Amino acid sequence: MIVVLKPGMLASVQDLGRHGHRERGICPGGALDALGLTLANRLVGNADGAAGLELTLGACEFRFETDTRIALAGDDFDARLDGLPLRPGWSTPVAAGQRLVLGGANASAAGKKGVRSWLAVAGGIDVAPVLGSRSTDLKAGFGGHQGRALKKGDRLPLGPSPLDAAQRARRAFGVRTPAWTLEGQADLGDAIALRVMPGPECEQFTATSVAALWREPWRLTPQSNRMGSRLEGPVLARRRAGDMLSSGVVPGTVQVPPSGQPIVLMGDAQTTGGYPRIGVVIRADLWKLAQAPLGGTLRLLKSDAAEATQAWAAQQRYLAQVAQGLAASGWPTARPRPG
Amino acid sequence: MTPPRLHPLGDAALLCELPAPATLAQQQKIWALAREARQWPAVHEVLPGMNNLTLLFDPLQVDAAELEIQVLAAWPQLDAAAVDGRTVEIPVAYGGEHGPDLGEVAAHTGLTPAEVVRRHSAGEYVVYLLGFLPGFAFMGGLAPELATPRRAEPRTAVPARSVGIGGAQTGIYPLVSPGGWQLIGRTRLTLFDPTAEEPTLLRAGDRVRFVVESVELP
Repeated sequence: MIVVLKPGMLASVQDLGRHGHRERGICPGGALDALGLTLANRLVGNADGAAGLELTLGACEFRFETDTRIALAGDDFDARLDGLPLRPGWSTPVAAGQRLVLGGANASAAGKKGVRSWLAVAGGIDVAPVLGSRSTDLKAGFGGHQGRALKKGDRLPLGPSPLDAAQRARRAFGVRTPAWTLEGQADLGDAIALRVMPGPECEQFTATSVAALWREPWRLTPQSNRMGSRLEGPVLARRRAGDMLSSGVVPGTVQVPPSGQPIVLMGDAQTTGGYPRIGVVIRADLWKLAQAPLGGTLRLLKSDAAEATQAWAAQQRYLAQVAQGLAASGWPTARPRPG
Repeated sequence: MTPPRLHPLGDAALLCELPAPATLAQQQKIWALAREARQWPAVHEVLPGMNNLTLLFDPLQVDAAELEIQVLAAWPQLDAAAVDGRTVEIPVAYGGEHGPDLGEVAAHTGLTPAEVVRRHSAGEYVVYLLGFLPGFAFMGGLAPELATPRRAEPRTAVPARSVGIGGAQTGIYPLVSPGGWQLIGRTRLTLFDPTAEEPTLLRAGDRVRFVVESVELP
């Protein structure tokens, strides 16, 4: 059992998402950084699809009532387990009674600010699956813990631990976390580079707008949430106005409402949209957007299917390396994601 | 019917889109394509839109170019008539607290409130797709004279199961949600129940009839 002492701005139970129900209008949801949650799950011996907690802007506190093991991904917000630092990408034993505290927004290490963290606990958060997933659908109010964001005093059950007593108690260890920078893109400075494929309505935009999309820096505004990351920059204009018919969208879709300021749709976005889609962030880069700091600078780099597939394969290789390393040291092997 | 325009929607989705204007005949082909593509191993989800279909696929199993060929090869063989939806009757309490905008719709259309109710419940509607919210149906078939613009000030919380008119469309809010449609009534049926085997009352392709359960005239 875990007790929520402080939930922070928004904490919710999330797994890898609720798939297969989009045609009923049910969004996939799930951890916005699926890579981060997968990594954290593997570090505590869980299956990739186990449910963890998605935390927003730190400032939260939990008490463990069971001996277990935890791992954190994303920003650490100076996380401390009874005062001792807990870094992202580390697997750490926890004794019943210990407290995990994440600091506020100013607690991140200098020069590295994030917005979200993902916490995995051995055995996973054992809420009842709804429509094949333990993710919380905050908008529709179901799944996760009572269909809502976590509140102070919530008690979250844990599933059976995949670790034996010796594994659970093993000294803390860590793995290399995913790389932020793209090879050959050192000139972008502090900006976070996202590779973007042109979307189905890209050609409806003026040449100036499309050029600006690929060239200009974009600021991630604080109005961003689990439904969409709202960007601020040059106004993107279509050649001529006109209504669009409802059409499918996926996480990463860059849609442009009449304001001309793009919104990158995230896991909780509705399943169909009516705004032109100028681009789509490739799947391998979505985790960076999920972690990107509010107010931070993004660059959108024009990409294509071949590059996207390579990037995805590289990410799978990274996860496979982590799994191999863990297996070689006698750790329970991560099973493939269910479904 | 011309084949759809195909365009990638990122690295793991393919958009198949028919030309405007949207028609029921085109939508039936979209449903038929959706039904066909559900059988393809590399496609793990299909998502019908208004005269378009998005296929979510695993690019490690099939590349987008192969999938495009598969769509175009399947297209001429599709039997649009084969997708037969059910007829779903939806009882509605019109007007009063359940339909606070019935008077507004009457004023805009120049019809009496009773006539608005009669025409709305006389129509046969077709569910083109579900989207916006779980179980929210985009339906065609509203009598053109009932079209009424959305409210200037959207409500912050439309009650669940409200039946509304927004522009040339009618629909039912499955959940409490912000919304700008004119509310003319409410049903007692549950549109979305995540714990049920069939989580949504309606599916794409269904025909819908609104049945007058009660009327409270403004």
